[in-house]
Amino acid sequence: MTISRSPLAIAAFLLAVPGLLISSGGDVQATLAYSTPVILFVAAAVALFTSVSIPSLIVVLILVHVVAFCLIDLLGSMLTARPDIGYWCMVASSWLLAWFSVQNLAGLKLASAQAQRLVNFALPVLFGAWLLILWEILVRGFGVPSILLPPPSMIAGRIANSVPTLWVDFQQTYLKAAIAGYAIGCGSGFLAAIIVDRVPFLRRGLLPIGNLVAALPVVGIAPIMVMWFGSYWESKAAVVVIMTFFPMLVNTVAGLAASGAMERDLMQTYGSSYGQTLLKLRLPAAMPFIFNALKINSTLALIGAIVAEFFGSPIVGMGFRISAEVGRMNVDMVWAEIFVAALAGSLSYGLITLIERAVTFWHPSYRT
Amino acid sequence: MNFIRNSVIPVGAVLLAILALWYVFAVVLNAPFERDQAARANTTISTGQLIVNTMAQERPVLPAPHQVAEEIRKTVFDISPTSKRSLVYHAGVTLSSTLLGFGLGTLLGILLAIAIVHSRTLDKSLMPWIITSQTVPILAIAPMIIVVLNAVNITGLLPKAMISTYLSFFPVAVGMVKGLRSPEIMHLDLMRTYNASKSQVFWKLRWPASMPYLFTSMKIAVAISLVGAIVGELPTGAVAGIGARLLAGSYYGQTVQIWAALIAAALMAAILVSLIGLVATLVNRRMGVRP
Repeated sequence: MTISRSPLAIAAFLLAVPGLLISSGGDVQATLAYSTPVILFVAAAVALFTSVSIPSLIVVLILVHVVAFCLIDLLGSMLTARPDIGYWCMVASSWLLAWFSVQNLAGLKLASAQAQRLVNFALPVLFGAWLLILWEILVRGFGVPSILLPPPSMIAGRIANSVPTLWVDFQQTYLKAAIAGYAIGCGSGFLAAIIVDRVPFLRRGLLPIGNLVAALPVVGIAPIMVMWFGSYWESKAAVVVIMTFFPMLVNTVAGLAASGAMERDLMQTYGSSYGQTLLKLRLPAAMPFIFNALKINSTLALIGAIVAEFFGSPIVGMGFRISAEVGRMNVDMVWAEIFVAALAGSLSYGLITLIERAVTFWHPSYRT
Repeated sequence: MNFIRNSVIPVGAVLLAILALWYVFAVVLNAPFERDQAARANTTISTGQLIVNTMAQERPVLPAPHQVAEEIRKTVFDISPTSKRSLVYHAGVTLSSTLLGFGLGTLLGILLAIAIVHSRTLDKSLMPWIITSQTVPILAIAPMIIVVLNAVNITGLLPKAMISTYLSFFPVAVGMVKGLRSPEIMHLDLMRTYNASKSQVFWKLRWPASMPYLFTSMKIAVAISLVGAIVGELPTGAVAGIGARLLAGSYYGQTVQIWAALIAAALMAAILVSLIGLVATLVNRRMGVRP
């Protein structure tokens, strides 16, 4: 029998023992209260007394997640009382065990590339899952007021209950304001960049200003846009247009200068016109830069559309909902909106990354 | 001479063009109001008078640049900086929370980057989340953090600074991870042959090598901290700060005040970013970078 020398496994095992002996709090008579420490003890023992291998790590991971589920379930049956020392020992022990497994999984060198990819995908997922588990247990276990921080289960419940509201808000803020502003802002920034690139005087004059504006707090323009274009989605789209214009301009101009002198000379020896050089050489070479701007702008667009709604909006929209529900102390609804915004933001970012991969397949960072 | 021909003249020309366009737009956008006034008084208004009037309205749709400049001059120099009507006072409030948040955020970002570079587990499990978090519109949480912390009696500078911290630590963390990993394998191998300890490798190789990355990401971080501080001032019922100035201006239709606050914010951002640029130049020169 080999004993793992990992301090994590030893600490987890030592913390799993009190779970067996000390009460975990509350007046729980359920079988759950007796079986949870046993499962945890088995998991800790597997971690401590077997050599690190994939099967043993998988066993530990499965057991630890069963324990986590039971621990959350135990909280539900402790309606009045707060959990005791024994409970917190079990929480700490299961967290350490999860950390131990993740650490060892990260250290593994797998033979097959597919398995390695699976592990690389599983590690951040496990990390995120434990963030949620600890959030749920700590918030509910310590009785943190839900105004301060609602547990994830409450937010999930709120999302499930108010899908129609969330969808209407999403339509208003994302599908109308953010996308329209994004398209106009990026499009006009792109066209302006081509003009600026054609006129050297403009390039020298406009680029420093563009660089400066890209660092300015452009969201501040929101109240003015609301005054000019009214409180409907057009004003939010206008804010997004202004926010996305300059990053696109600056990046595209930089990208148009990215093609090498040698390639340009080659185009010249072919006797190609300005338009041909632009379409066949310089724009493709500028694509990594343009996609960089598109990615930056996808986040900016959502921020612009949401923040602009703080300055006045019809009674629909993500920004409106956030400020209204904050006022009514419905923090779970705010978190639900934030979840939707985060999902929309990450998905659009991911979509742009996929398109980028297809368009700039020739770029060194994507060649294998 | 080259500097003047290649940057001062073009930039100046573009700035003048922007100013001229601004005046044109001010006249065009403010004209309907003047015509309306004239029609109500049953008089006709001459074009010259119309143009003069459009630049001196109380609440113009777009104030002329000199109106904004006059408002800034008035609120900066004529009113004592301790008064609540002074722009200096409001800019100071915003600046203090920006700087506090930026300082904390930079520190946190650097510490996180150090942890990630030295731990394979964190690198594999935490780093993907840091990158994903950049795609999330974090700024949307700003009002909630303020109101929620107010509800538990944490008020004043700290909640706003927390938003700035939250916004600014991501760019620093990502930049510093890149920077601390920037030393070439050959240099790392050299340190190994010297039998250097982990901390020696860090202080003598990784840390100096990461400086350019640190300053680049600090520029992004300070700009975004300012945005965070301004947005953080929106929901507190418009008490103090540039954001409060913007919100109050939009409530009462004081467009000149909004523009003055915007210009002040822009100036602050420009000054902060160029200050960091200056520090970067100084540090680079001290470390032996020759231009």
